[in-house]
Amino acid sequence: MSMFSLRDITKSFSGNAILKGVSLEAGDGEFIAMVGPSGCGKSTLLRIVAGLDHADAGAIRINGAEVSHLPAADRNIAMVFQSYALYPHLTAGQNIAVPLAMRNLSGSQRLPLIGRFMPGQRRICADIQRQVQAMAASLKIDHLLDRKPGQMSGGQRQRVALARAMVRNPSVFLMDEPLSNLDANLRVHARGEIVDLHRRAGVPTLYVTHDQSEALSMADRVAVMIGGNLLQLASPQAIYDDPDHIEVARFVGQPRINLLASQRDADGTVSFGNLRLTSASDTIGDPRVTLGVRPEFVRLRAEGEGALATRIERLEFLGSEVIVFTKLSAIGETVLAKISPAEARGLAAGQPIGLDMDPSHVMLFAEDGRRLAAAPLKAVLREMVHG
Amino acid sequence: MTTQTMTIGRLARLALLSLGALLVLAPYIFMLSTAGKTQSEIFASSLSLIPHTWNYLANFTKAFTRVSMPMLLWNGVVVCGMILVLQVLVAVPCAYAMAKMKFRAARVMMALVMLGLLVPIHATALPLYVAFDRLSILNSYLALVAPFSISVFAIFLFLQFFRAMPDDLIHAARLDGMSELGIVARVIVPNAWPAVTAFAIFSVVAHWNDLFWPLIVVTNQAYATPPLGLLFFRAAEAGDDYGALMAATLIITLPLVLVFLLAQKSFVEGITMTGLKG
Repeated sequence: MSMFSLRDITKSFSGNAILKGVSLEAGDGEFIAMVGPSGCGKSTLLRIVAGLDHADAGAIRINGAEVSHLPAADRNIAMVFQSYALYPHLTAGQNIAVPLAMRNLSGSQRLPLIGRFMPGQRRICADIQRQVQAMAASLKIDHLLDRKPGQMSGGQRQRVALARAMVRNPSVFLMDEPLSNLDANLRVHARGEIVDLHRRAGVPTLYVTHDQSEALSMADRVAVMIGGNLLQLASPQAIYDDPDHIEVARFVGQPRINLLASQRDADGTVSFGNLRLTSASDTIGDPRVTLGVRPEFVRLRAEGEGALATRIERLEFLGSEVIVFTKLSAIGETVLAKISPAEARGLAAGQPIGLDMDPSHVMLFAEDGRRLAAAPLKAVLREMVHG
Repeated sequence: MTTQTMTIGRLARLALLSLGALLVLAPYIFMLSTAGKTQSEIFASSLSLIPHTWNYLANFTKAFTRVSMPMLLWNGVVVCGMILVLQVLVAVPCAYAMAKMKFRAARVMMALVMLGLLVPIHATALPLYVAFDRLSILNSYLALVAPFSISVFAIFLFLQFFRAMPDDLIHAARLDGMSELGIVARVIVPNAWPAVTAFAIFSVVAHWNDLFWPLIVVTNQAYATPPLGLLFFRAAEAGDDYGALMAATLIITLPLVLVFLLAQKSFVEGITMTGLKG
């Protein structure tokens, strides 16, 4: 059993608040991906968990024990760095052996030349060699053990870095954008490998990335961090379908979500074109709200018949789908629609077209970014259609 | 580059470089020539590079017999070796701390290092001499080595080099359980060889050729470094046997030339990697 939790971690650098009270909890063997734009504080948080940096306030617990005041080495945390940080002067095998040697050999046993005459040194070294071999075999890098990092490709280095991190059975595994230095093909392949490895090791993992597709595809839960706040921690599906905050909705999803400014009436009804939504009336304050709808829930229709009047700006062909960029004639806002290539046949830039949004998938955000509960107003909709 | 044809431009460049090299090498070539001449030929009015009568053997025998050449060279090796080892031992941890650790005094220390670079040995020579005299450690290896054991230049050079080393490497080492001293010994030094080599050349050349400081603190021939030995040699010979003197000079400069030729590659590497043009 292994788990860790963070509570109200804050950190500021020379007056700038980088982390504004971050809390999260990872269960046994859970894979949490932390995603956010660059500069949102995710790497700082990772370094604080690792013990390479100190938080101004807050608690870090590993298996229930407070570790905030322990130095990095005593936390039994392994980390894979973006640059891999392999020791350039050591071979792959020696690199993997370093954490074991530092932990299992005493100071005198590690001394050059004299060390090998210390009692027990030979037995421990043989044991370390055996573990390195086993680790290398499981990652299929046994043929690389005699090479130095300079003689290996990016993918090979990444595996050696993984092996070095895993070999000592850490209680928490941290990864700082470990795939961002790989080329696109290798990256997709390595995703699967890391997920496999994580499943086998069963160690709770905090994985930092700025690539949302990595986070959504690999993690059990995704933590979206923006501007030093952890805005949402939920399953990838919930993050995508049910964002808590407008920033989460904006950050996650490719192509990005359509956000349209609107107004709320006194009775809590929001209208946009022929769209009628009702929001919980007790939250009425600021009448300004933002509608959010993912491009796949925007449908193209013939002009007229109550659809929003738009003009096609351009079409992006992506193979299995086509992204249509349209401009709303009334307010000049650009709305994206994701449609199948079959539907896109015959469409051309400059052409006027009608738009329609799936009311059950339209989200409502308050002016301060909070998500508002909203439901389509069925009665009104029916009235409109029939009337 | 090797398959490049001889264009006019390339030829001109080569000629210019050769001329420059010749200019720089001229004194050495002249020394090489003089070391093989007889006394009368050195003072002859005609100038020729190749000696008429080859007197190398006689001059070199004189150089080896008149002063204890092996002792001079040994003193040079001991002094330069001790200085270099101490300088590296002091400067590497110091530069590591200044480059990679955050502490309040770092800025002040940086300013002090810069200040140290500006103060020449000549300014501190007299106070040091007086102090060494009081401690009665003149005429010893200690007197020759001690003032140079802390080299601000070394700290400065290593600082630049260490700053370029990735922080992640040091973070990884900390996570792997190394102490700060362990990081210096196991991660920094093995990866800093180009800088250490470059510095070693600077240091050894400077202290092997140094006449100023040995002249101040050493009067006993037993502790004479090579340049000081040459001075004794000249005095002993009343300054007239230039052939033998040149032969002795040749012997003394030879080790440095050999070392430089051997370490040339890593020397250039170290200089370019620190971004410091020598």
